[in-house]
Amino acid sequence: MTAPIIRIDRLEKAFGALKVLDGLSFDVMPGEKLALIGPSGSGKTTILRILMTLETITGGHIEVCGEQLYHMRRGDRELPADEAHLHHMRSHIGMVFQHFNLFPHKSVLDNITLAPVLTKGEPKAKAEARAKELLEMVGLSDKAQAMPSQLSGGQKQRVAIARALALQPRIMLFDEVTSALDPELVEEVLLVMKRLAAETDMTMLLVTHEMGFAHEFADRVLFFDKGHIVEQGPPEQIFRNPTHERTQSFLRKIIAAGHRV
Amino acid sequence: MPEWSGYLTLILQGALVTAQLTLFGSVLALLAAFTAGLGRIAPWWPLRWLATLYIEFFRGTSIYVQLFWAYFVLPFMGISLSPLAAGVLALGLNVGAYAAEVVRGAILSVPKDQYEATVALNLTKVQRMRHVILPQALPLMLPTFGNNAIELLKATAVVSLISLTDMTFQAQIVRAQTGSTLVPFAMILLLYFAMALVISTLVRKLERRMTRGLEGVR
Repeated sequence: MTAPIIRIDRLEKAFGALKVLDGLSFDVMPGEKLALIGPSGSGKTTILRILMTLETITGGHIEVCGEQLYHMRRGDRELPADEAHLHHMRSHIGMVFQHFNLFPHKSVLDNITLAPVLTKGEPKAKAEARAKELLEMVGLSDKAQAMPSQLSGGQKQRVAIARALALQPRIMLFDEVTSALDPELVEEVLLVMKRLAAETDMTMLLVTHEMGFAHEFADRVLFFDKGHIVEQGPPEQIFRNPTHERTQSFLRKIIAAGHRV
Repeated sequence: MPEWSGYLTLILQGALVTAQLTLFGSVLALLAAFTAGLGRIAPWWPLRWLATLYIEFFRGTSIYVQLFWAYFVLPFMGISLSPLAAGVLALGLNVGAYAAEVVRGAILSVPKDQYEATVALNLTKVQRMRHVILPQALPLMLPTFGNNAIELLKATAVVSLISLTDMTFQAQIVRAQTGSTLVPFAMILLLYFAMALVISTLVRKLERRMTRGLEGVR
């Protein structure tokens, strides 16, 4: 039996007095495609941000690829992770953001090659060759020399996906990657992600309000409310036969708002 | 009718001293500004504390007093500076204290999501600053740096206090010798204005170059 690639154990996160996550536990298996759904403020984005080390945790443990994310072993003592440990752990994980976060002062190609050259010491030529392959994969071969400001939102997000892939992480986090896009641009991004999910064995965690996409994309859906997993299971079960009242009312509201499930 | 060509030469010699002070002072101010500006946002508190101390001290005391310290008091501590070096030191550190806040402000105004992208791409702290944050912060600093440099140019007039023969000092000499106030002071008025114009033109050019590709971003 294979071990989970992510192990979240009694995770706690508070912003001041506000407890966002309170004793959350779940595992993710290697290669699994996970969709995290639920109302705003239910803590799902916070989970991704914690996995990317963009937040600190206030309690609990997270294991990624067999190592503690926020703790280090020194002899038989357990210490909070230092920057060097976090740097090491981050190499397993990539993230795509809601607002793309491309570097506006760098061309599309430089956005993608920057990290491989700096963090992995890849030769520029090799990084550029790989960047061009990735651009082809996301359908933007002709935009290598463009500046981000010349791209549409959908194109920016596809560049951001290519940029995250360039580091070849084992785990990819997608944080509401289509929420900032005009409706007609959503499809092109989802298409890229579908292809990615089908073609790679990367572990993917997806926070989304696109229920239709979550349904197609995910092996397992977690429904969050107030920092807790209310219900989880294969998409067919969660979307067609939700057992919990809160899941049902959430999905009803989403459908009422015009989303396809 | 006084011999104006000789006096003109005198004032131009002064202009050279003023230009030197402005140039070297600006270089020092720039170094001080980045050191202290980055120091203020360093993760290490003694560094933050030192940077704050420097900034508050040099902003909070007059350039006049700082200049006297640099030239007349430092020798008692075994540090004797030439008038030019003392002038550059006082002007550079004084203006650098103001510019340090510009550096800090510009760095902090780079959107937070840029910083988060650098974390997600696993850049080290130095790489984040050098490749992503500073290149976006610099264009924001430039206009104020231009102001600071012009302020520095105008502040150079105080160095006549420590026997440096800058433009203003030479104008006073010419005035004393010829009895004419209008001619020497009209002349240095134009010269200061021309030098300030050079600075603002340079800064504008630099700004245009640095913001290339950033159009429509902010």
